[in-house]
Amino acid sequence: MSATATSAHFKENAHAALTDARLQGAMAFSRNFVSRRAAAVERLPEFDALRDSAKAIKDHALAHLDLYLEAYESRVRASGGEVHFAQDAEEARRIVIDLCKAMGAKSIAKGKSMIAEEIGLNHALEGAGIEAVETDLGEYIIQLRGETPSHIIAPAIHLTAKDVEGEFRKAHRDLAADRSLAEPEQLLSEARQVLRAKFLAADVGVTGANFLIAETGTSIIVTNEGNGDLTQILPEAHIVIASIEKIVPTLEDAAQLMRVLARSATGQDASVYTTLSTGPRRPGDPDGPRAYHVVILDNGRSTMLGGQFQPMLRCIRCGACMNHCPVYQAVGGHAYGWVYPGPMGAVLTPSLIGVAEGGQLPNASTFCGRCESVCPVRIPLPGMMRHWREREFERRLSPAPLRYGLGFWAFFASRPALYRLATDLAARALKLAGRGKGRFAWLPFAAGWTGYRDLAAPEGATFQSRWRAKSGAVK
Amino acid sequence: MNSREAIFASIRRSLGVSGQEQTRRFEVETRLKQAPPGVVPKRGQGDPAARLATFRAEAERAQASVAEVAAWADTPAEIARFLRDNNCPATLRMGADPRLAAVPWSETSLEILHGASDGRDVNAVSAAFAAIAETGTLALVSGPDNPTTLNFLPDNHIVVLPREAILADFEGAFAKLRATYGKGAAPRTLNLITGPSRSADIEQTLLLGAHGPRRLHIVIVGED
Repeated sequence: MSATATSAHFKENAHAALTDARLQGAMAFSRNFVSRRAAAVERLPEFDALRDSAKAIKDHALAHLDLYLEAYESRVRASGGEVHFAQDAEEARRIVIDLCKAMGAKSIAKGKSMIAEEIGLNHALEGAGIEAVETDLGEYIIQLRGETPSHIIAPAIHLTAKDVEGEFRKAHRDLAADRSLAEPEQLLSEARQVLRAKFLAADVGVTGANFLIAETGTSIIVTNEGNGDLTQILPEAHIVIASIEKIVPTLEDAAQLMRVLARSATGQDASVYTTLSTGPRRPGDPDGPRAYHVVILDNGRSTMLGGQFQPMLRCIRCGACMNHCPVYQAVGGHAYGWVYPGPMGAVLTPSLIGVAEGGQLPNASTFCGRCESVCPVRIPLPGMMRHWREREFERRLSPAPLRYGLGFWAFFASRPALYRLATDLAARALKLAGRGKGRFAWLPFAAGWTGYRDLAAPEGATFQSRWRAKSGAVK
Repeated sequence: MNSREAIFASIRRSLGVSGQEQTRRFEVETRLKQAPPGVVPKRGQGDPAARLATFRAEAERAQASVAEVAAWADTPAEIARFLRDNNCPATLRMGADPRLAAVPWSETSLEILHGASDGRDVNAVSAAFAAIAETGTLALVSGPDNPTTLNFLPDNHIVVLPREAILADFEGAFAKLRATYGKGAAPRTLNLITGPSRSADIEQTLLLGAHGPRRLHIVIVGED
């Protein structure tokens, strides 16, 4: 079983998030992403052509995934590395733990990896008596708090500098109690100092991978801090954990994807560190890991191929969809209740943990379409959320009031004359009731809306009656 | 059936293929052999002078500092100046790169240390394998000449870059990699580095010097 999910309680989670003043304050900082991405896109005239190219590369790689995986595997072996296959989270955890035990590893440095989150790796390592330290600053902060990431590239986006200061004072007891941590620079500097010791002491480094290159058997990580690099070059062994869809054919293909990844994620033209790793230390190398292992995880992805949800496997985890999502921006990532939040999480989660558990998430959308409009690999996210809603409805998993409500609406909607009469009457009644303020702070059956904002009162005539009047005038 | 076989079987079942189709195999082999370049931005293209100008502007945009010297023999003085101006100690760690070994370090008062870093070095110098004008990115390869630890552990990382190693784009760097290491092979580590280390994990405020170097200084060697 993977990391535990509370996705089925999205509504309750979202309600709590909307009334959490601290979270709402922290989320305000995340709005920088939108302007940074826009500026980076503006600087690159070829950006949209690169998106088409990136999409085509992922489509091609997925359609030939078995063959590229074979090629990748043989190149890794040729460079002295080992490849392990895990069908599910449990098997992936067991492979990593067995490797660590075989090497006598007591402590692990970890680079940022969403796959590690997906399989609940830290918890399992702890259970096996192995200390795992997250080294990405955001991941380190949430590890101290015992939390999961609330954003796929900015895991601690739900926290303020004040929150971080509190955690550091609690965790770093051996540092002077009267030290100043008022500035973010001081927090960063303290994390650098504390984690530097962890890097140097670690027996094994675990990283994820942004891409796996079939041509050369190379794993690629893209970071800004340099923690992923220290994680993999200092310990005796480097373990990469990655899911099957990370495979791309060639280095040139990776370059196409890197160009859209950094810009879509942080608005940088290139991330600070793009690191290509191929096998273990070579003869004569004065540094680098002596062992190199890749754990390739399926966890349900292979069954998404060839079906409605295959396009989701193009995702390169940039986070642009959540940065541009009004629902994510309002409730933050934890409300989604599992590993992947925002629009990409709303589509991926039901695929990976089932529609019974994750089926609520595709409802967390206004269908505004911004996610699809910024997706670097053009995943039709709203369309796929619609597919999930249909499945949820077909499998009678939607809540009873929603089903009755839809049935009630369908009764009228399939009888046009009755529908026109009813909506006309309702619009007039609401206009009458809302006269004066022109909006409602409360309405029966609409508490989900009016709980957070007013509902505008209709102006009397319905769209259909106005349309009829307008087209009559044209004739 | 082991997990490897189960995963391949599941992929093939979903895709409706056997894995033996000649056309699919041919397509994959061709792509791996030819490595088509895709869309390559114009930004990095141009003659050597244009590439130098673009590289410099992009690297500075990513908060690296850049200096130009006429010859390799001029690099020690420039590096000593950089360290002095930033109040850094007069020590410098480097690998066995013959280009760095051949320059007159004794003309400066720098204490030179050799080999990989154990984390106690404040300054290190590497020689670049290539650079990418498009994004102001340096390409460094692992090995005894330029140990990878030097790229990440010291506070100040200085990279010497011959002007002719400034290529237009990533594709150029990969072509050079294949020419050097052979088709389908790669060095243990290829670091593509664009500016000094940074993090924006606290309140989305960009701060330099996260886990890697706080400063990245690039010394470009060569004359018009």
